[in-house]
Amino acid sequence: MPDFTLKIRRFDPESGEPAYWADYGVELPPERSVLDGILQVKEREDASIAIRCSCRAAICGSCGVRINGRSALACNTRIGEAAERARDGAITVEPMGNMPVIKDLVTDMDAVHWKKIHRVVPWLLPAEEPPENQEYIVPAEAMLDVTQAMACIQCGVCVSACLSLEVDPDFMGPAALAKAYRFVGDPRDGEHEARLRDLAEDPHGIYDCTHCFACVEVCPKDVAPMNQIMRLRRRATDDFEIKDSNNGYGHEQAFVNIIQKWGTLFEAQLLPRSFGDGSLIKGQLAPEGARQLTENLPTVLRGLRSGKVRVNKALMHPKLPEQKQVRRIIKEIESKDERLELNLYIVGEEGEETEGAMAEGSQEA
Amino acid sequence: MKLAYWPGCVSRGFTPELHGSTAKVAPLLDLELVELDRANCCGAGVIAEHNQEMVDALNARTFAMAQGVDGAAGMMNICSTCQGAQSECQERLDASAEYRGEVNSHLQAEGLSYEAGGGWWNKNLLWILVEEIGLGTLAEKVVRPLTGLRIAPFYGCYIVRPSRRLGFDEHPERDEYLGQVIAALGAEPVEYAGARKCCGFPVITMNRTTSLRQAGRHVADAIDAGADCLVTPCPLCHLNLDLQQPAAAGFVERDLDLPVLHLPQMIGLALGLEPKELGMGKHVVSTSGVQRKLAELAAA
Repeated sequence: MPDFTLKIRRFDPESGEPAYWADYGVELPPERSVLDGILQVKEREDASIAIRCSCRAAICGSCGVRINGRSALACNTRIGEAAERARDGAITVEPMGNMPVIKDLVTDMDAVHWKKIHRVVPWLLPAEEPPENQEYIVPAEAMLDVTQAMACIQCGVCVSACLSLEVDPDFMGPAALAKAYRFVGDPRDGEHEARLRDLAEDPHGIYDCTHCFACVEVCPKDVAPMNQIMRLRRRATDDFEIKDSNNGYGHEQAFVNIIQKWGTLFEAQLLPRSFGDGSLIKGQLAPEGARQLTENLPTVLRGLRSGKVRVNKALMHPKLPEQKQVRRIIKEIESKDERLELNLYIVGEEGEETEGAMAEGSQEA
Repeated sequence: MKLAYWPGCVSRGFTPELHGSTAKVAPLLDLELVELDRANCCGAGVIAEHNQEMVDALNARTFAMAQGVDGAAGMMNICSTCQGAQSECQERLDASAEYRGEVNSHLQAEGLSYEAGGGWWNKNLLWILVEEIGLGTLAEKVVRPLTGLRIAPFYGCYIVRPSRRLGFDEHPERDEYLGQVIAALGAEPVEYAGARKCCGFPVITMNRTTSLRQAGRHVADAIDAGADCLVTPCPLCHLNLDLQQPAAAGFVERDLDLPVLHLPQMIGLALGLEPKELGMGKHVVSTSGVQRKLAELAAA
C-alpha cells in the first residue's frame, strides 16, 4: 500500500493520442515534496514521465506545475499537505496553465513566459554613462522598493495562475509586469516615463490586470506581482499623469474624485468620468468618451428596466453626513510632498519593525 | 449578536436588493445591525492603487467608528470587495505601530482612532454565518428547504485571495463556506470551474473584452454544470454576472440566462421570506425560474 497516489496528466504529442490521466503510487514521508514523489515514480515505475527540475529547493524555478489545480513549484509543495487538499485521495499533477504543453509536465516557456518578459525591455536603460572606471552606485535604501520584484525566479507559476491571461492570451502577464516595475522603480533607469507610457497605452498592459490576486496567492517567492502592477499604475497616473486610452488614468481619477465629493461611490458617474480622464463633462462630450458611453447604453437601459437603477438615483447621490471629514483626509494626504507607504515585504510577517519599511514614494512629475 | 454594520456603496447603489434583503434576513439570524451611516467607501482596490496612506486612513476611519459601537462583537460587511480591501488596510495598520500612528493622525480632528489588537474583527456575512452563527444553527432555522435547487457558488476574488491575509491559517475552509451554506439550506452545491475565479468587474471600464469574457465564461460553465442559479456574497460580481450578463453573452458567443442571487436572498428564501420581499424582481436576468422551481418543490 503506497503512502500517496499521484494522478499525473500525461501527454506525448508524438504518440498522436490525446492527453490522459495515470495513477502512480508513491512511498514517501509526508514532509517530502511532490517533486520527490514524481522523481520516485520515474525511477521505479515509468522513466518516460517528462518534467523539468534541477535544484529541488525553490531556487531554479524549473518545476512549475499545477497540483490539485493550484499552480506551484513541485519541489516547494509537501506531498502530505497536497494529499490533504486532494480530492478522492489522489494528488493531481498537471502542466502549468496558459502555456502550450510540450510533453507531460513540460510547458513551452519560450512561447509565453519569455516572450512576455522580452516585451517589457528587461534590462536597465541608464539615465547617464557610469562614472569612468566605476560602476553605478546607488544608496541601498533606494533599491528597497524593488527588492520584492527582484526576488522573482522566473518560474512562470504566476503566469500559469493568471485569470486575465486565461481570457486574453495577449495580456503581458504578472511576471513580465513585475519585471517592468523592477526597472521603473530603479533610480538608475532613465526611461521611467517612456516605459510607463508604453505599459499604460498597450491594451494588454497594466490596465488589463483584473486585480484578482491569483498571482499573489501562488508566487513561491512572495513577489506579489499584482502589487507591482498596482505600483506601475500609481506611478503612471500620479507621478507622470499619463492619460492613457484604456481609461486607466480616468478610472482612478474618477473614483478618487467621486469619493472626495460624496464619500461613497456614485456609480452613475463612474463610467462617464472614467471615459473623460476623471472629468464628467469631458467623458460625455469628447468623441471617444461619448462612443464608449453609447456602447454601455444597453446595459444602462437594462438596469433601468429591471428597477435596479432608478433615474433619480442616477442623477442624484446623497453626500455622507460629515463628508467634509472625508474630503479633509483626502486633501491632507494628497497635499503631502511624498507618498507614505508601508512595505510589508520588508517589515516581515511577524510584524517586527524594520528600518526602511516605511518608504516615501517618489514624485517625478 | 450585535454588530457594527458596513453595508458598502454598491449595496445601496446599483444592487439595492442586497441591502434590502440583508435587512430582512438579519433579525431571522438574530443579528442586531448598527449601520455605520457616516462611514466612507472602502476604496475597492482603486484608492489603494492611487495612494496607500489615503486608503488606510479612510478605512481606519470606518474601523474606528465600528469599534465605537457599544457592545458590538465585531464589524460585518456584505461585499467580498469591501472584505478584501479592508483586510488589506487592517493588515498594514496592525503590522506597525509607527505607521498606524501616522494614519491615525488624520482621524484626530474627528476624535477617532483605530486601535489594533484585542481580537477585533471585520467579517463578511458569509464568514459570520459559518463561524459565528454556525451551520447547524442555520440549518435549524430553515423553514423552506431549498431541496432540489442546484446552486453554483461564486465567491469573488477579494474574499478568497490572498489566503494568508484573509485568515485562512485559522479558518482553512473559508473558500468552501458558500458550498457549505448552500448544503445547510437543503440545496445542492454545483461544482464548476469558475467558483473562485474573477468576475472581471475591476476592468469593465478599461478592458471590456477581458472583463466580459470572464463573466460570460463563468456563467456558461455554471450552466453547463447544470446550475439553476449562481449565488454570490459580492455585489460587484453581481454587477458583472447579472447586470452585464446579456452583454457578456456576446463575448462568449452563446446564450446565457442564469439568475444570480445575492447571499442574503438565498438565505431569506430558505428562512421563509418571499422572493418579492427579497428584491428578486430587481434583477436583470429574471429569477422567475428559481421561484417557479421553489414553488414546484413546495407543492410536491
